[in-house]
Amino acid sequence: MLEVRWHGRGGQGAVTSVELLALAAIGEGRFAQGFPSFGPERRGAPVAAFNRVDEKRIRRRCVIASPDVVVVLDESLIGLVNVTDGLKPDGVLVVNTSRTAAEIRKALNYKGRLAMVDASAIAVQELGTPITNTTMLGALIRATKVVKLASVAAPLEHRFGRIAPRNQKALQRAYEEVKIH
Amino acid sequence: MAQKKWPETWQEVTPGCMIFEGGNSREYHTGSWRAQRPVWDNAKCIKCGICYIFCPEACVKEDARGYFAADLDYCKGCGICAHECWPGAITMIEEG
Amino acid sequence: MSKRIGMEIALAAAEAVALCRPDVIAAYPITPNTHIPEHLSDIVAEGRLDAEFICVESEHSAMSACAGASGTGARAFTATSSQGLLYMDEVLGIVSSMRLPVVMAIGNRAISGPINIWNDHSDIMTMRDLGWLSLFAANGQEAVDMMIQSFKIAEDAAVQLPINVNLDGFQLTHMVEALFLPDQKEVDRFLPRRKPYAALHPDHPVTMGALGMPDIFTEATKARDQALVDSRKVILKVWKEWEKQFGRRYEPIEAYKTKGADVVMMTMGSMGETAEIAVDELRKDGVPVGLLKLKLWRPFPFEEMKKAVRGVKTLIVTDRCCSLGGPGGPLAAEVRSALYAEAARPVIENALIGLGGRDVTVDDFKQMFRQAGKSKGIYEFYGVRG
Repeated sequence: MLEVRWHGRGGQGAVTSVELLALAAIGEGRFAQGFPSFGPERRGAPVAAFNRVDEKRIRRRCVIASPDVVVVLDESLIGLVNVTDGLKPDGVLVVNTSRTAAEIRKALNYKGRLAMVDASAIAVQELGTPITNTTMLGALIRATKVVKLASVAAPLEHRFGRIAPRNQKALQRAYEEVKIH
Repeated sequence: MAQKKWPETWQEVTPGCMIFEGGNSREYHTGSWRAQRPVWDNAKCIKCGICYIFCPEACVKEDARGYFAADLDYCKGCGICAHECWPGAITMIEEG
Repeated sequence: MSKRIGMEIALAAAEAVALCRPDVIAAYPITPNTHIPEHLSDIVAEGRLDAEFICVESEHSAMSACAGASGTGARAFTATSSQGLLYMDEVLGIVSSMRLPVVMAIGNRAISGPINIWNDHSDIMTMRDLGWLSLFAANGQEAVDMMIQSFKIAEDAAVQLPINVNLDGFQLTHMVEALFLPDQKEVDRFLPRRKPYAALHPDHPVTMGALGMPDIFTEATKARDQALVDSRKVILKVWKEWEKQFGRRYEPIEAYKTKGADVVMMTMGSMGETAEIAVDELRKDGVPVGLLKLKLWRPFPFEEMKKAVRGVKTLIVTDRCCSLGGPGGPLAAEVRSALYAEAARPVIENALIGLGGRDVTVDDFKQMFRQAGKSKGIYEFYGVRG
């Protein structure tokens, strides 16, 4: 089973990300959960959302304390939230950043696998807004192979309709441009 | 649906205690609650029907000549008719 | 054909309700059930469901509107949580006493205070004695299935009682997961149109909700109680039909690896799924433990309860609710009274867990299993600090 924790701010679409990933995995005939951090929704406040993906039916209904993957949608959360909390030693951290790997490692005192992409720049270019949830999903898929890239198309279409192609393109670009250290 | 007046046993209670015959409140003689009764003085009555309209029990009836009287099987003696009668044609008098 | 989809459970529950073709939906939003009526209002607005969606000004009005609608013979649905359920309280007993088969989803949430919007079962427990049938879902599939089953159970000629389906707030309501959603044809085949025992209509006068004086109240109450007790047969029958048509089995108490188990735990709702993992892990280490998952809360399954604990040495009953100043958790109290007259009965311990959204992990369940037999007093707040 793969467990993922997403960090973002209220309104940045972390909950949409977990839904898209869960639907993509379920669409492959596999099992998945997607859920928000339980509680009130607060725009702008640091929020988390979670995924579990497995080949078997998922019965675990407690919080994810030791994720295999952490995704950071918003670089400004680094230093504000302990984003690597509980991340497994063989896990991977996927960060939206324009900084260098060395800078990120130093800021987080992090030595594990690191995947980086300037998702904000991609989102601004492709979507006209720095909302990086779909873009970062592309980076996550490349870093983990948790689902096939093609499996996201139907959930994107369902969720975004008319603007699905633009989100698809942003996701595709992040998939190609992400650097894994 | 044929029904006994009161279910004797729990098995006879209809689902939800529903009552299927209309107008059965007629069987409940509230006249026994009355301590005072309304008496009409037809000399003062102007046949306006205020007593008929205001009676909460709907027991005030109009006779062939257009005067009013309460059906004492149901009149609870509340006195609302006397209170509302502006010509002062209705007096409440003690029972018994 | 049922379709395997991924969907938030609250939305899937709403889709399931829509498949039951309700005539009237009256609801007022409150976290965490809100997505259920919200999605139903979308379905009505999209024209996929021909129903009257009444935006009421309170939960009291929601249940009152459902009562009125159900009284005319309509199929009525509402949903709520926590304080909203308390605000309905006055009408809940009226609906059941008038034998109106209203269906309600409850996104279970703690009763304040302190103010808390997270999951526990203290809301539903406030209405356990009000004459409603009550089911508990452990996962999204059960939530969907129970929604559809509920209309059939409630409206059965031998039942005619309201029913609530309990989904753990957030843990279930806000979870996107895989489930099978039946199609309209399948649901239509399973669920006939409602045939009301009586319906309000000017051409056929009927009095519902009349005064019941002391000379009839005892008989009326006995009749209500018997109706709940007798509904068990219909519930079992409907669950058999469901299994036959959809292949998924439902039982009042579902046993998980209880064969040869010395220590057995009992859960209601979504915690049962996590607890299964603890059972698997302990069994792998050679510790003989098992699990009982209660799905039918009202009428309480006394017979099944007695059978389920035969040979069990210690029974740990978990409760997501505290009967303050009372005997511990409501489930444990009922289990104890169900087993009191049995010659051989297990030691019954009661752990109050998962209160107001406190997370309960696999390790917590393992810890409770390991502590079996060491409980002091008749109930304990598991993991309480201090």
